[in-house]
Amino acid sequence: MSDLVKVTIDGITVEVEPGTTILNAARQIGGEIVPPAMCYYSKLKGSGGKCRTCIVKVSKGSEKDPRPMPKLVASCRTTVMDGMEVLNITSPEVLEARAGVVEILLINHPLDCPVCDQAGECDLQNLGYEHGLQKTRYEFERRTFDRIDIGDKIQLHMNRCILCYRCVFTADQITDKRVHGILNRGDHSEISTYIQNAVDNDFSGNVIDVCPVGALTDKTFRFKNRVWFTKPVDAHRNCSHEKCNGKVTLWYKGDDVLRVTARKDQFGEVEEFICNECRFDKKKTSDWTLEHPTHIPDTSVIASNHYETFKPLPVIKENLALQEANKRELEKTTKI
Amino acid sequence: MGRKLLLEHINVPGINTLAVYREQGGYRAVEKALKTLTPDDVVEEVKKSGLRGRGGAGFPTGMKWSFLAKPEGVPRYLVCNGDESEPGTFKDRYLMTHIPHALIEGMIVSSYALGANTSYIYVRGEMMPQIRILERAIEEAKAAGWLGKNILGTGYDLELYVQPGGGAYICGEETALLESLEGKRGNPRIKPPFPAIAGLYGCPTVVNNVESIAAVVPIINDGGDEYAKIGIGRSTGTKLISASGNLVKPGVYEIELGVPVEEFIYSDEYCGGIANGKRLKATVAGGSSVPILPANLTLKYANGEPRLMSYESLSEGGFATGTMLGSGGFIAFDEDQCIVRNTWNFSRFYHHESCGQCSPCREGTGWMEKILHKLEHGHGTMEDIDLLWDVQRKIEGNTICPLGDAAAWPVASAIRHFRDEFEWHVKEPMKSQSTNYGLANYANPIEKKPEEVK
Amino acid sequence: MLKVEETQPVEFSSALLAKFDEIVKRYPEGKQKSALLPLLHLVQAEYGWTSVPAMDKVAEYLKIQPIEVYEVASFYTMYFLQPKGKYVLEVCRTGPCCLVGAEKIMDHIEQKLGVKEGEVTADGLFSWRGVECLAACGFGPVLQIGPEYTFYENLTEQSVDQLIDDLRKK
Repeated sequence: MSDLVKVTIDGITVEVEPGTTILNAARQIGGEIVPPAMCYYSKLKGSGGKCRTCIVKVSKGSEKDPRPMPKLVASCRTTVMDGMEVLNITSPEVLEARAGVVEILLINHPLDCPVCDQAGECDLQNLGYEHGLQKTRYEFERRTFDRIDIGDKIQLHMNRCILCYRCVFTADQITDKRVHGILNRGDHSEISTYIQNAVDNDFSGNVIDVCPVGALTDKTFRFKNRVWFTKPVDAHRNCSHEKCNGKVTLWYKGDDVLRVTARKDQFGEVEEFICNECRFDKKKTSDWTLEHPTHIPDTSVIASNHYETFKPLPVIKENLALQEANKRELEKTTKI
Repeated sequence: MGRKLLLEHINVPGINTLAVYREQGGYRAVEKALKTLTPDDVVEEVKKSGLRGRGGAGFPTGMKWSFLAKPEGVPRYLVCNGDESEPGTFKDRYLMTHIPHALIEGMIVSSYALGANTSYIYVRGEMMPQIRILERAIEEAKAAGWLGKNILGTGYDLELYVQPGGGAYICGEETALLESLEGKRGNPRIKPPFPAIAGLYGCPTVVNNVESIAAVVPIINDGGDEYAKIGIGRSTGTKLISASGNLVKPGVYEIELGVPVEEFIYSDEYCGGIANGKRLKATVAGGSSVPILPANLTLKYANGEPRLMSYESLSEGGFATGTMLGSGGFIAFDEDQCIVRNTWNFSRFYHHESCGQCSPCREGTGWMEKILHKLEHGHGTMEDIDLLWDVQRKIEGNTICPLGDAAAWPVASAIRHFRDEFEWHVKEPMKSQSTNYGLANYANPIEKKPEEVK
Repeated sequence: MLKVEETQPVEFSSALLAKFDEIVKRYPEGKQKSALLPLLHLVQAEYGWTSVPAMDKVAEYLKIQPIEVYEVASFYTMYFLQPKGKYVLEVCRTGPCCLVGAEKIMDHIEQKLGVKEGEVTADGLFSWRGVECLAACGFGPVLQIGPEYTFYENLTEQSVDQLIDDLRKK
């Protein structure tokens, strides 16, 4: 394994494949030192570099050329070099710049979390909570757009969009024909189909899952419930679509499946993209084979009432294996 | 009289035609390069000349060329950046309008040096007349055998095309230009990879400014060493300066790098002083992106030494007391001009031209414009000035491309040097709407400080 | 989403298509999308603006998705996504031109034409708008008029009056 390269992030050294980005090296280490990523998505080619929240300081370029990099760099698009030293949360300069990016991302954001379906699982909300200011210093009118439907199942709240381009990459790379894109430029840029046009494609629903904010939401879930009142359960079915393996997360409220999403990993990225039939049309427990309660990190608000022993989901109560799994998850989260 | 290399024959009637251009010695560089030099020799001459990119960044052209990757079986491209849109800069338009063949000759020699068989001149869309001029000139050159297959019987083939832009300042950034040339939105690419490795259509590409390409012609004719003798220090050769604003004779001037700034502004050979008998208040020396300087720091360093028109001298003192040569867009402000208003105007420009791809620039430029608008119109507070300073700091250095820096620097430098004028707008909101702050102490002479004893 | 004017479907003339063919030849095989910007200029010169049916036709011609054309056309400022007057006076409004009176020229044009920035005069002849730096700072104030983008330098109120009167008579 001599061709691995060594990189040190916030004092923690890790060996990674050559060509790995700083962000992915940090993800291999895990924990607090992983820079937040609002636009980068490992499953989407070409993504990243735009939101600037993952900026870090390279204090030593490499063993060969130890000079530091002159500017902060986007960790999602900067490749590690052997001997590189990176500062993320140990650099006040990085934290200040990141706070600046967060402030700037929020100046035109409507801050309508109370009525936003994404609240509770929103990357921007988390980011603002960790790095943002309590009060805005922006005193001008915020930019607004009309709310529109792109297709009958997806709603676009352009006001909330941070222009990460993930949905555009998704449409380009996962679906056959892209009908939405980025129109106009500068701070007038918007996600749009330009003319009245439905995003109609077997995989179009994935734009909801990749959206880091509440700009693209599931219309079938609109105002149904707050995510922290729902209980996620991993499930699968034999999907007939050749590109879909039918592995999903069902979000329960009582006996009802309120929505279906792809399964997400610890960095909030979908494990595998799912088809629209699984997402929008299969909302009965009988459509699915249940696996176990979804693991939710205890930092998430969704975990707050997730693994209750005294009030498990009805579908779990009726299934011994699920009950066992529920117990295990509960132990894990209450250990701390 | 300084030496003229690019504009030597500018006043010869008909110099825009091939015949007259030939009579004045045109296309000698093509003959010399293709018949007597190898491509590497040409690169070597350009390296020796010390020519630095004339588009703004000032990166040595020869070195840029030597970075070009040369994998087998992959085409290489030369793209000329004629997307001149930096406020204060209009030299490329001038050159393309009056001596189009100088650019075409430079393109042939440079393409030969880089091993490119198809080259593009990307010209901003608003310059349709210049595009027509260039296309006509290319036709002429092609008909005379200077372009096309087997040029001068040397076996070298070159096709040259003009590509119009669509109206976007950001396409002057080289990777945005390449995106635009590929028929996409002009979003700058995230680097690396640099164009020298993966540029146009993913192939190795060099992007050079119009003036840099044209400068290759005299370098080949006279030799890189001769060219390097002109100028001062690492600022070799001649440079086109676009002079605008409140000057007696605004226009495009070719200077030998190293002319004192004072001579450039006041001598009759160049700008002839400030118009209408007024006094100089401030200058932007290298296009709107570079820091604005008060009159006294324009003419002299903080230690009283005279400042020269060169890459090094203009940046003497760093951003604290210096600026940059940039693209050579020299804008002069007389005593009646309002710095706050101008800063707002520039920030509106960057707000309008931000591509919107990365967040600090997309949101921050708009924020700066709004704060400046408020200050200019007499509604600002002292806190607004501090906030403005803070916002520009959040943009600078944190964006994908240099537009963020370009938007931040004019604001930062205006506050740095003209803070009292900003504060006056806050303290005298009514007065600031009908009168201006005037010259204040911005032209106070800087006394030469005695040499420090070392 | 933009409000789009209803328009009739368009059919490009064979002369226009011949120009398209000529332009596409400039680029390597399979890179025909590069022709998008020049093609849109030709379309706008022909029809006066860039309508959705025309953009769809361009997409079809270049074998790309219509959204790729909309994205580009809306990014660049030269393409008009709404109908404009026959003559669009584009006045530079950036720093150096303002130092020599561009703002006064714009006020004067507004008065003379009697329409606000972006609007069309009742006779359908004129629109005007401020645009960012036109790279002619030494000859300001300046304006340009498409589709030829003829350039008018060192403007005064008199020269603007003359220009507008001449265009009216044309």
